[in-house]
Amino acid sequence: MLLAFDTSSPTVTVAVHDGSDVVVELTSAETMRHGEQLAPLVDRALRQVGLEPRDLTALAVGVGPGPFTGLRVGLVSARTMAHVLQVPVYGICSLDVLALEAYESGTVVGPFVVASDARRREVYLASYDEGGARLAGPDVLRPADVDPALAALPVVGEGAALYPEFLVDGRSPLRPSAGWLARCVAEERAELRDPEPLYLRRPDAEIPRAPKPAS
Amino acid sequence: MIPDEPLVLGIETSCDETGVGIVRGHTLLADAVASSVDEHARFGGVVPEVASRAHLEAMVPTIERACETAGIALHDVDAIAVTSGPGLAGALLVGVAAAKSLALALGKPIYGVNHLAAHVAVDQLEHGPLPEPCLALLVSGGHSSLLRVADVTASIEPLGATIDDAAGEAFDKVARLLGLPFPGGPHIDRQAASGSSVAIDFPRGLTSRKDLERHRFDFSFSGLKTAVARWVEARERSGEPVPVADVAASFQEAVCDVLVRKALDAASSEGIEDLLIGGGVAANSRLRAMAEERASALGIRVRVPRPGLCTDNGAMVAALGSSIVSRGHAPSSYDLPADSSLPVTSILAG
Ligand SMILES: [Zn+2]
Repeated sequence: MLLAFDTSSPTVTVAVHDGSDVVVELTSAETMRHGEQLAPLVDRALRQVGLEPRDLTALAVGVGPGPFTGLRVGLVSARTMAHVLQVPVYGICSLDVLALEAYESGTVVGPFVVASDARRREVYLASYDEGGARLAGPDVLRPADVDPALAALPVVGEGAALYPEFLVDGRSPLRPSAGWLARCVAEERAELRDPEPLYLRRPDAEIPRAPKPAS
Repeated sequence: MIPDEPLVLGIETSCDETGVGIVRGHTLLADAVASSVDEHARFGGVVPEVASRAHLEAMVPTIERACETAGIALHDVDAIAVTSGPGLAGALLVGVAAAKSLALALGKPIYGVNHLAAHVAVDQLEHGPLPEPCLALLVSGGHSSLLRVADVTASIEPLGATIDDAAGEAFDKVARLLGLPFPGGPHIDRQAASGSSVAIDFPRGLTSRKDLERHRFDFSFSGLKTAVARWVEARERSGEPVPVADVAASFQEAVCDVLVRKALDAASSEGIEDLLIGGGVAANSRLRAMAEERASALGIRVRVPRPGLCTDNGAMVAALGSSIVSRGHAPSSYDLPADSSLPVTSILAG
């Protein structure tokens, strides 16, 4: 029994895989607020299939890249649950999750790229071969700086919808699904990583203000 | 059934310390803290993203360390408590998410609690049950508040707070002016020991008759900080050496004077006989000495937890959680938010 979740996109997504297929997949009703939505979704998903947390034998978590705050909610949750349950936790690059779904559902044929929203007018980008295997990336870069040969390929993820002038050939899916994340791990269809976040950016090292005084 | 002495694990990540504490009733079993302070030192203050990244990395190891020290297994705990605010939003979120995962995986209740109330509750681990009501003076890099505590689990009334800088922030800024490292508190304290507290007459913020009308129990430290900066600059301009120890001692005296004066005024006016001092600045030796000396003249008792419990830590969160469990309050739900500006009146999140 594998519990999978991803918090690298604006949507929180949770799924359980029983070894042969995905038995439940839930998606947050609202975008953002990952910290508030993840635990209730996990709780609901487990109840729906009549599982207790102790029935789980492994965890899978999307390690991004994605906005840091949400990403950390998924990672710290996966690590903490895995520690309590004494089960392994596998990290998967969230762009690989999009790639596997696009490849398996046939929205792409031949080489393609995955591009997601990196905010600050940039995208997270990785390229894949005709078999759905990652060739390069993930990297963070401005849409205008994407290698023209890559920018001309089919683009999976939200990047094309956000920057259609640079990434013209948009394909679905737009955001990672925990069901496909679970398949990445259960069927070993993507590189298994440690549950370490793919930040791809250093923290802003400006001199900050001290925390707000409490009222 | 409510256990008499609940075993509670508390998580604190409101700033740059990843704290995990374990208590049984009012007995401290473990207080594991991982600090990212060294990573912030070169910026002269806490960088939120650096703190958040460090919390993620430190969380599981710190939980493990706390359990080992306490000699318990995670499955033994009766409840999980966590700081849900106030503090740095991204930092709080890491702790809250970890606490939910613990609670969910263990099938135990979760209590999202107020950081300031936890600073008050921690004293129970050292000095036993809190006198109620008591007056709490909380001073740190993030807060400077005077609170009337009728019930630390349910009823805290703010009497006053800083209107600009927190007291600890003033220590950090003055330390920087004097070329002392971050965080400034301990360095100022050490320098002050060999200086004269009456060498320079620095201003006492919000103590004029006019200010007292509107801000009787409020604090202001930004004027003091500016006065120190001007004094030091004038000295440097004239080519004379800056007497670091005297500046530190006189500055520290001004801060402590205002803190103690207002705290005792509040206690007297509320008819409260117990003053509790918490937060990182409570570790300041002059503040402790001055409070005890002036309070005893008024027949007021002073309680200050040992320095390790004054700074942010997980034990304080566990201590408050334990009191909340004992008093039978309902737990929080799994959609508990992290609230960076949680008011002190909100002790337990719904
Ligand atoms: Zn604090």
